[in-house]
Amino acid sequence: MGIEIEQPCVELSNIATSETHGENSPYFAGWKAYDENPYHELTNPSGVIQMGLAENQVSFDLLEKYLEEHSEASTWGKGAPGFRENALFQDYHGLQSFRTAMASFMEQIRGGRAKFDPARVVLTAGATAANELLTFILANPGDALLVPTPYYPGFDRDLRWRTGVNIVPIHCDSSNNFQITLEALEAAYKEAEAMNFKVRGVLITNPSNPLGITIQRSVLEDLFDFVTRKNIHLVSDEIYSGSVFSATEFTSVAEILEARKYKEAERVHIVYSLSKDLGLPGFRVGTIYSYNDKVVTTARRMSSFTLISSQTQHLLASMLSNEEFTQNYIETNRVRLRKRYKMIIEGLRSAGIEYLEGNAGLFCWMNLSPLLEEPTREGELKLWDAVLHEVKLNISPGCSCRCDEPGWFRVCFANMSEQTLEIALKRIRKFMERIRTQKK
Amino acid sequence: MKLLSTKATCNSHGQDSSYFLGWEEYEKNPYDEVHNPKGIIQMGLAENQLCFDLLESWLEKNPDAAGFKRDGKSIFRELALFQDYHGMPAFKKAIVDFMAEIRGNKVTFDPNHIVLTAGSTSANETLMFCLAEQGDAFLLPTPYYPGFDRDLKWRTGVEIVPIQCNSSNNFQVTEAALQQAYEEAQKRNLKVKGVLVTNPSNPLGTTMSRGELNLLVDFIKEHGDMHLISDEIYSGTVFSSPGFVSVMEVLKERNELKVSSNEDDNNADRVWDRVHVVYSLSKDLGLPGFRVGAIYSENDDVVSAATKMSSFGLVSSQTQYLLSAMLGDKKFTKLYITENEKRLKRRQRMLVSGLQKAGIGCLESNAGLFCWVDMRHLLSSNTFEAEMDLWKKIVYQVGLNISPGSSCHCTEPGWFRVCFANMSEQTLNLAMKRLTAFVVECTGNGGSAKRNGGLKMKSLTKWVFRLSSRRDGREQEER
Repeated sequence: MGIEIEQPCVELSNIATSETHGENSPYFAGWKAYDENPYHELTNPSGVIQMGLAENQVSFDLLEKYLEEHSEASTWGKGAPGFRENALFQDYHGLQSFRTAMASFMEQIRGGRAKFDPARVVLTAGATAANELLTFILANPGDALLVPTPYYPGFDRDLRWRTGVNIVPIHCDSSNNFQITLEALEAAYKEAEAMNFKVRGVLITNPSNPLGITIQRSVLEDLFDFVTRKNIHLVSDEIYSGSVFSATEFTSVAEILEARKYKEAERVHIVYSLSKDLGLPGFRVGTIYSYNDKVVTTARRMSSFTLISSQTQHLLASMLSNEEFTQNYIETNRVRLRKRYKMIIEGLRSAGIEYLEGNAGLFCWMNLSPLLEEPTREGELKLWDAVLHEVKLNISPGCSCRCDEPGWFRVCFANMSEQTLEIALKRIRKFMERIRTQKK
Repeated sequence: MKLLSTKATCNSHGQDSSYFLGWEEYEKNPYDEVHNPKGIIQMGLAENQLCFDLLESWLEKNPDAAGFKRDGKSIFRELALFQDYHGMPAFKKAIVDFMAEIRGNKVTFDPNHIVLTAGSTSANETLMFCLAEQGDAFLLPTPYYPGFDRDLKWRTGVEIVPIQCNSSNNFQVTEAALQQAYEEAQKRNLKVKGVLVTNPSNPLGTTMSRGELNLLVDFIKEHGDMHLISDEIYSGTVFSSPGFVSVMEVLKERNELKVSSNEDDNNADRVWDRVHVVYSLSKDLGLPGFRVGAIYSENDDVVSAATKMSSFGLVSSQTQYLLSAMLGDKKFTKLYITENEKRLKRRQRMLVSGLQKAGIGCLESNAGLFCWVDMRHLLSSNTFEAEMDLWKKIVYQVGLNISPGSSCHCTEPGWFRVCFANMSEQTLNLAMKRLTAFVVECTGNGGSAKRNGGLKMKSLTKWVFRLSSRRDGREQEER
């Protein structure tokens, strides 16, 4: 046996070896625990119930029905006459019919209160790609985007990893239901300046993930005035716009712009995706809608790195251009999500758990701070671990969303059957009873 | 304001180059057998349209695959929800089997070492992000695919330093050229992170020789911090000898594959750690719209980092499922590979003999969807200006959009890439007829352009200097 010489592994780039992909955060650890012991009604009834996955599984039947009735959307018809053209189509402008259908769908979601021009729709493989792409376009490495907390954990990777851009938090808290205030905005801007970061824009998610609430119109107006004053961009990720429980409660930034006759609109960009509203995360359908011509052109060129499969564009062009289908889908989906939401808050109420009054999204933002041993991040993670391993529920701890107040958790309700949700709520009730008994 | 980033405002996407003029002109005036027989014939698009009938027939016989069904049962939900960046196991297995089959099963690939990306455009960029810092460089043999300027450099900030190849030895990579490129990088203070080759080559249409591949492996062995990326996107388009040799085969022959490397050896170099293959179904299968690319690497860290990065460009699960069924059908893949090869060979022969009739030669090729055509004798002078002049004549007067060598960073003026697999046989014949007529006219029946005092250009001046920025040139496909 020879001498074993430790050969140094060849180095990869800083980006490749950094932790900025964020995958060692607890958000992802819960996934592991679930993967190792997943709940199944029949085969594993004591397994971990996945409540950390913001998927929309409540309206698949509507999609399946459409596909059954319109097989040409998925199979290019008998003899596949449209197949070759579709297979060859890699134009980064995207299928015209799909862009038009997407613009129309976005209008319908907003009840026709805003108009969308298909020529401004840029297609990307998911909102993950859209957000990263916009960051590449709007900011240089070392610059900063201001993002209200709590925010979707994936942003740490999507906005920062390969772009080298920083996120500076706009601190929001429960004192006013986590709404964004002007003070918080100004403070965040100053904080960025103090760190020598050039602020390039504000990125909001509306409706909010993880809060599950829509941003009030007045706040949007303030935000828009703020970015105009500072001469920076505003990115509004409206990925949950179709998941608002009541048709009238969502105000898109697009409506603000229309009301102002598009003055200063070139600083505004909307991100959308079909992953949540349509429950199709696997199909990788995202879009950037920008009011800035140069951004549209550049984003289009950059989308070469992340085009949507033409097979999928073809399918969805058919589906989304069918207004009978889309109107019915939007309304039915809304009703079902509202029902699910009512279920979960009733369950939480009966368990004595407080939550943020929500009106959108696929999750509830609940307050378990009374249960914390200590009001710290460590206390929160301890509780999270207990919920994961004792109650066997994977929920998302607020710290993974950069929430300033320990004890808040995001719990999803649309990625399982009603029965499973009932079981989860039962487990929560039992857990709370146990705790109360212990305290006595 | 409305300030955008440096990346957004620079020109590294390469789209304002006059190269895209040809595209624009084609789109304004596209040839159509019936509706526009005098239009411009697109010969700048490396698409494979020869075997769609095989794909269509398979689709008809296997309706479940596109219909979201498995054994007659709907799996729509499962597919709609599947967004795991590890990729669909069945699809990864099918793709690595296909890759092995293309290589005559002389090498095999581990499905756990493959990373799926939205096209090889994404794969190549991802590898740059994984292997290099902003300001580092990769060496690439010229001529190379124009898209690399964007794919490798734009958002990554990585530089390309050319390995100059020329016609004296059929554009093969030599040790001298490699060394010279390396020294050039040193002079420019660029840290070289590796070499990237396309094998079979675009635009040459030739497979790399064992000698060249060994030379490259030797080179990265000598420089222990360098990587070798082999873009084998055209590996399934090889139609005649000497046949395709993958870099993985060379590693195997040298006993430098992961499996065979023995850490007790003095040769515990782990060069396999630094060799990565890129693949895609856009050329071999003619499916550029479906965005299916892949990175193959035995380096676990690269696979891990690239997998996470693939979040920014995953392959649609709908498409993964369809293709896992198609490529999992071994009877089909066998038939496809054989038939594809046959048809490409026939087409290439058509183009070559058509060119010959026009008194035009080309580099002897055995792969790809194009020929590397020698029109040096038609240049008014041995300059790139003359090449541009000739190219514009061919676009506007002859009505053929072909790719000038300068857009591929070729060091010798007068070479053009001409595609042959993206049109019908009739259209190809027509293109050759037009070319012959043009050559006859401008060389006065067999003379050379230079003797005749160059080609006269009258009304071309106006758009000679016009760039393509006005209308967003559809940068559809330049490979």
